Amino acid sequence: MQLNREELLKAYRDMRLIREFEERVHTEFAAGGISGSVHLYAGEEASAVGFCMNLTEVDHIASTHRGHGHSIAKGCDVKGMMGEIFGRSNGLCGGKGGSMHIADLEIGMMGANGIVGAGPPLICGAALTAKTLKTGGVAIAFVGDGGSNQGTTLESYNLAKVWNLPVIFVIEDNGYADTTASSWSVGGSQTKRAEGFGLPGYRVDGHDFFAVHKVAREVIGRARAGEGPSLVHARLTRYYGHFEGDGTTYRAAGESDKARAERDCLDIFRRRVTEAALLENDQLDAIDREVLGLIDEATAEAKAAPAPAIEQLFTDVYLSY
Amino acid sequence: MSDTIHPIVMPKWGMAMTEGMVIAWHVEPGGTVEAGDEIADIETAKITNVFESPVAGTLRRLVAPTDEMVPVGALLAVVADDAVGDADLDAYVTEFQANFVPEDADDGGPEPEYVEAGGRRLRYLKMGGGGTPVVFIHGFGGDLNSWMFNQPALSEDRATYAIDLPGHGGSTKDVGEADAEEMARAVVDFLDVLNIEKAHLAGHSFGGAASLVLALRHPGRVASVTALCTTGLGDDINMDFINGFIGGKRRKDLKPVLELLVADPSLISRDMINDVLKFKRLDGAEAALTAIRDTVFAGGRQTGSLRSRLGELRMPCQVIWGRDDRIIPAHHAEGLPNGVAVHILEGAGHMAHMEKSNEVNRLLEAMASV
Amino acid sequence: MSRKSIRQAINEALALEMRRDARVVVMGEDISGGMGAPGEQDAWGGPLGVTKGLMPEFGRERVLDTPISESAFIGAAAGAAATGLRPVAELMFVDFMGVCFDQIFNQAAKFRYMFGGKAVTPLVVRTMYGAGLSAASQHSQCLYPIFTHIPGLKVVLPSSAYEAKGLLIQAIRDDDPVIFFEHKAMYDEEEEVPDEAYTIPFGEANLTREGDDVTIVAFGRMVQFANQAADKLEKDGISCTVVDPRTTSPLDEDTIIEMAEETGRVVIVDEASPRCNMATDVSALITQNAFGALKAPIKMVTPPHTPVPFAADLERAYIPSPEKIEAAVREVAAA
Repeated sequence: MQLNREELLKAYRDMRLIREFEERVHTEFAAGGISGSVHLYAGEEASAVGFCMNLTEVDHIASTHRGHGHSIAKGCDVKGMMGEIFGRSNGLCGGKGGSMHIADLEIGMMGANGIVGAGPPLICGAALTAKTLKTGGVAIAFVGDGGSNQGTTLESYNLAKVWNLPVIFVIEDNGYADTTASSWSVGGSQTKRAEGFGLPGYRVDGHDFFAVHKVAREVIGRARAGEGPSLVHARLTRYYGHFEGDGTTYRAAGESDKARAERDCLDIFRRRVTEAALLENDQLDAIDREVLGLIDEATAEAKAAPAPAIEQLFTDVYLSY
Repeated sequence: MSDTIHPIVMPKWGMAMTEGMVIAWHVEPGGTVEAGDEIADIETAKITNVFESPVAGTLRRLVAPTDEMVPVGALLAVVADDAVGDADLDAYVTEFQANFVPEDADDGGPEPEYVEAGGRRLRYLKMGGGGTPVVFIHGFGGDLNSWMFNQPALSEDRATYAIDLPGHGGSTKDVGEADAEEMARAVVDFLDVLNIEKAHLAGHSFGGAASLVLALRHPGRVASVTALCTTGLGDDINMDFINGFIGGKRRKDLKPVLELLVADPSLISRDMINDVLKFKRLDGAEAALTAIRDTVFAGGRQTGSLRSRLGELRMPCQVIWGRDDRIIPAHHAEGLPNGVAVHILEGAGHMAHMEKSNEVNRLLEAMASV
Repeated sequence: MSRKSIRQAINEALALEMRRDARVVVMGEDISGGMGAPGEQDAWGGPLGVTKGLMPEFGRERVLDTPISESAFIGAAAGAAATGLRPVAELMFVDFMGVCFDQIFNQAAKFRYMFGGKAVTPLVVRTMYGAGLSAASQHSQCLYPIFTHIPGLKVVLPSSAYEAKGLLIQAIRDDDPVIFFEHKAMYDEEEEVPDEAYTIPFGEANLTREGDDVTIVAFGRMVQFANQAADKLEKDGISCTVVDPRTTSPLDEDTIIEMAEETGRVVIVDEASPRCNMATDVSALITQNAFGALKAPIKMVTPPHTPVPFAADLERAYIPSPEKIEAAVREVAAA
């Protein structure tokens, strides 16, 4: 293992922060405080954190409709995110975007996205910027198994290859596109699709932070060295439905409970680092408490924040018009 | 008595003019005209102006109908002595019309040229040839086209050059110190590169001050100097014009501003406004105008008066002003040294050389013929 | 200053801006042409030669040929714009918007609003439009009303070479996404165009003619047809104002309303299909704001509500012509 103690603590905290954030959104949504719809990332944390731990602010990511985890992993302010999800003026996007459009371009987060498969072309653009302006940056498109079937995604494999862009496509395969099983909807294999376009393809257990981190380091290193794009297929589990309110009747009975019990990324991480005596349980418990306090604060602040002023309806359409 | 038949044709005022329209004739058929008599009002897309007869004789035929666009060079009228028979006149008109080919828009006479001078790219239009040349220097916000009614007339007996000052027209937009001294330096650089040892200068407004500075600094290079409605002779300047000219982004904002330039506002045509807009859209144009304003008109008054130094000039010098100039008042022409001839033109504003081109041309011609 | 075609004016605008700003890149299918092929490089410069010569000057890093893959490269242009480049992407024919529209209207157009004002997306999409070259139904449409409909986009319709250069430079320097429409039948049309860079602001209509009797509002190529009709009508004593809005978004509503009020008689000429096009939009604008000044019903000159036909005779019948404009003006003038 090549991570030092600070890095391990950060990895654990980021994953815990995502989990706590999503659990809180889950309960607040059920309580009726959040309008619209939200898509929760709980269970998939190791993927976002395993990749983003290898990035800096010159690097870009594009996310999906299930974007809270990627946003937190890339460094978005969780209070701003919570405010945004509540549609408040203190939101990261002033309450104009909501859950599906959380973005912070200053730190390279190009946005959650309401359009499945929209991220890959955009991230090719971010990579083109990095390449043209020689920033040294790389760009990662997180794509669901549903998005992997969009033509935009497949076209982007090709464009990234022929332009030799510093791009990584991460297929986060949680087994379902809405209700439709990826075992049915995806023809062929994700990695062989990549290989068909000339991209190295990797498979990884998305529940295992260390496995993700290792492959992420390799493909990001390749991209940064100018050796071109890669694809990583991560298998993982979404604990909740497609959106909050989804009865998940299409899933096997007890499917996500079983995953929580046996394959939870936080549990796996804790076991590995304590068994190897890299970190103490006390340290991790302290992080749990600190994160819980932060989420309590973020929630309280979001609820207390005023709604956006009506004039905000008309601003930010153009820079000049 | 002569049996010569003289055609009167649609003149070409400025490079862009391809056609014009006689609005009114001032002479009846059969009337006698002298060369220089005002015989018609002609309207072009840019401006309406009085047309003077180039020849003397009897105006025998009015060929072009009024209020109808005809190409440059088209036959407007025929002047001949009474001795010429009607049949000969008819034959002449028939033959002229049969052979008349409007000039190709792509082949419309001299085109502006560019020269690198003093590290700047300067655009200029040369016409005519020989003699001691006349160099025309436009004013703030203008360009070489502002001499369109003057340059052709002065080019019959000599070379003439109308230049775009730095910051203007097609010239580099870098204005350096942004004052009349800098403009004078640019003109000297221009004279050097074109090997013009000595020239008659005709400068308008800010270009007038540049001409006077050049004459003071390099008296050996200047055969005569004519300053029209010039800066540099007093404090007053209409800042509503200066600021409106710089700030006006739209036609309707610019129109009332440009109307300040002339005694008769109807002279300001759509094309003139569009030409100003086109200039102002060029990269660097607004910055250049602003720099000149902030230097030459700092604090809303003219800086750098040349009045006390005009007596030093040893070459012929004249000052021409439009009585109704609303940019710089005509009283700035009062109290100048004895050697400086002053001409105040009635019915003209700041653009006296356009509004009263015939009178101005006579004054310029007299100066250049010394 | 010399006479330049619209093709040259656009090429010059691109070259000037690429020289001025290293962040400006151009991309598109065959934008240089011959990429990876054994023969001539820079073989095309785009299908009609508009971008020829850029690749030799600026290199392949800034003149990017693309696979036939509009979803990917238009999306990449949007992503590049949001992250620091100033891309000018060529969508060869606007008819191809169907395979990349999401990247334009859901992504580029909405970043700034969705992200609470924190995105800047200086994207230009240049695209060919319009009928007249027997290019049939899938290569001849106008479609600018669809883009005009989308908040967040700016839509530009240059009507001549001078206009094309100044508006394109403005588009490239503009920090919002701009869709720049080039009529495929106009590339060879020439006029005087300055050699230097200049910008024409968006949302400021140009009056190409000024008259007292009828106001014609026309878009893109139709401005030229309207000018031709106006010149002919002038000889018959009907003088027209011709309004070229230049941009349909932003739209210079003030000038349109003012000119409609001045004459009280209005003809609107639009090459786009007649339902929900600029003619209906401008007609609604005028009736809402200048109804009291109208002396006759507004007349619209548009193609019929059909796809663009192939056969030359059918296509001629389809396109609004100077003659149709003239007839409409006479009708409105007499009403």
